[in-house]
Amino acid sequence: MLNENTISRRGLFMKLGILFNGLVATALAAPIVGFLLSSITRGRASGYLSWVPLGPIKDFPEGETRLATFRNPFVTPTDGKTVGTACWVRRVEGDQFQIFAINCAHLGCPVRWFPQSGLFMCPCHGGAYYRDGSRASGPPERGLFEYPYKVQDGMITIQAGELPTPGSPTASLLGKKAPCAARNDLAPGNDLISIDGSKLYASSETHALRGEKKPWA
Amino acid sequence: MGLIEQIGQWFDQRLQLAAPIREAAEHPVPRNTASWFYVFGSAALTVFILQLVTGILLALIYVPSASEAWSSLQALNHDVTLGWFIRAMHGWGSNFMVAVVLIHMVQVFLFGAYKFPRELTWIVGVFLLLMTLGMAFSGQVLRFDQDAYWGLGIGASIASRVPIAGPMIVKLMLGGPIIAGATLSRFFALHVFVIPGMLIGFVCLHLLMVLKLGINEWPMPGRLVKKTTYVTEYHELTKSNGAPFVPYAVWKDLFFAAFILLAVAACALYFGPFGPTGRPDPTVIQTAPKPDYFFLWLYGLLSYLPPSMETPALLIGPVVAIAGLVLLPFLSGEGEKSWRRRPIAVLTVLLIAVTLGTLTHLAGFTPWSPHMNAWSGDPVPQQFLHGSTALERQGALVFQVKQCRNCHSLGESGGQRGPALDSVAVRLTQDQLIRQVIQGGGNMPAYGKNLSPAETTALVAFLETLHPRGQAPAREAARDVALRDERVNRPDRQP
Repeated sequence: MLNENTISRRGLFMKLGILFNGLVATALAAPIVGFLLSSITRGRASGYLSWVPLGPIKDFPEGETRLATFRNPFVTPTDGKTVGTACWVRRVEGDQFQIFAINCAHLGCPVRWFPQSGLFMCPCHGGAYYRDGSRASGPPERGLFEYPYKVQDGMITIQAGELPTPGSPTASLLGKKAPCAARNDLAPGNDLISIDGSKLYASSETHALRGEKKPWA
Repeated sequence: MGLIEQIGQWFDQRLQLAAPIREAAEHPVPRNTASWFYVFGSAALTVFILQLVTGILLALIYVPSASEAWSSLQALNHDVTLGWFIRAMHGWGSNFMVAVVLIHMVQVFLFGAYKFPRELTWIVGVFLLLMTLGMAFSGQVLRFDQDAYWGLGIGASIASRVPIAGPMIVKLMLGGPIIAGATLSRFFALHVFVIPGMLIGFVCLHLLMVLKLGINEWPMPGRLVKKTTYVTEYHELTKSNGAPFVPYAVWKDLFFAAFILLAVAACALYFGPFGPTGRPDPTVIQTAPKPDYFFLWLYGLLSYLPPSMETPALLIGPVVAIAGLVLLPFLSGEGEKSWRRRPIAVLTVLLIAVTLGTLTHLAGFTPWSPHMNAWSGDPVPQQFLHGSTALERQGALVFQVKQCRNCHSLGESGGQRGPALDSVAVRLTQDQLIRQVIQGGGNMPAYGKNLSPAETTALVAFLETLHPRGQAPAREAARDVALRDERVNRPDRQP
């Protein structure tokens, strides 16, 4: 008869067995977690970013904004066409450029450039940006992401490699030097509603107007 | 004893499953639960099984590689015999599964079935709903086309807004720094192994609890649930007014299951498979990505939320919604079950249904998106140019060329991002038009830098003609006074 304070030989072995399994599981967990998080750890300290050639600067006339494509520097064998990336290159003058990410700063849809009106427009939720990438209207909270660039020997290279998203550290790196001049002199946009004689275009009333003009049918 | 019976006995001697299966099938249920309102749970299970079968069939051909997936879907659509039909069944099955799960949930909510002792059944059900939505999203990714590619971008942009951990979550989600091969592979693993495995486990738990706790009785107004007495009352009910589930209630489940399968097949036959749309090539930017049917409401919501509300709403909204659903049975685990005496419950369901329905409907034609080709594709309707001056016609040209049309409609064509301009001259005076065009405001970009003074003059001249016949354009009263004074005081400067 066993009393409560003693432990049987079998009971001890079972506990040891559980302990042994626990140790092995912990030991195996390390490589499993390491494997699962590899896409994060590899990107530490911007390990994914590198300088990518975009082409000779003569391809980009002064004062114009043109679409350019580059191959993402980090490639795996099954990537297919997804490694190709587009960006908008604005040559302000001489060696002064602005390289905008194609992704809208709202939710990443591809923005399109309209040279006639000097606007980038997003097809998804209607974000719009001025030619210098600053926010013009719509849901984006900020201007377009910008890639850092270098001009050497008539070639333009950009630092790229990560999908620009609103929260990524590269997002603050991209487009850090906000094009303030243009923003201040021209595009106060939404701030003007309060001093605006006509409040017809205030966003809530826009919908009412639209409802009356064009029924949802 | 027949041969079949002998074989059956041979198996049962070893498996010993016949008795528990018979017991489960013939367990007594309250008679009034043999109702057409009680068929949605089994219908959801039926569609889930359909998804498992068609999913396995698709996996025979589909290649989960970013370079091959799109072509393998094309092969399924066009080369493999009836591949299109299996794809269509799987695609429509997913739509039906989301719909049936939601209907089931609404029925359970309105019939008070989440109350004691079925709280955990409800909570497991909430996770089943989340997994169903997870399957829907990951399934859309596996249809690796333009919509899937940019949809992932939207997902990444939302995930990146999580404070501190955001960028790491994005890399974990994408399997790397960009949307590429690793992204598709991990969504394949999620869609084919991880989530279905969890779904099967949770469905078993859900069903086990339905069997152990009994199906919810038909709620009677005034018959309140009390934790102390409910179980005894329920057993008395099944004893006094119960009937075996098989065959008393099961025939309705069987009929409805067959009906749902037929409906999926009919949609698949008639409408065909979903996509794939264009190749997932991010250098092709002429695309307007749109999510699948069940996420259209979210797409709509994201365009209507004010920018400052968006990140909090995206990050806190789902947490609050899920917490609310999980906590529901603890907040109202007892009391009235009948929807006839729960007006707030009914109104909540109606409010959510109307909100989701409206947002989904709006997302069908996206009034918030500029029409990218309207400026070159939709000419100014003739009636707006009839009898106009050369300056006004020049203004109409500016109106088109400067892409105003992408956001503003004239005569029912063009974008709906901004207000329709058919009668803008009635709403805004000349000065207000000039100010609005140059400075923008109220969600309109400022055009000051992109219009020469001559272009602005012409454009505003054209806009001033946009008023219904017989309705005078808006005029500033002060202007008349000023002009009159000028006429009186400076007759030499009269125009």
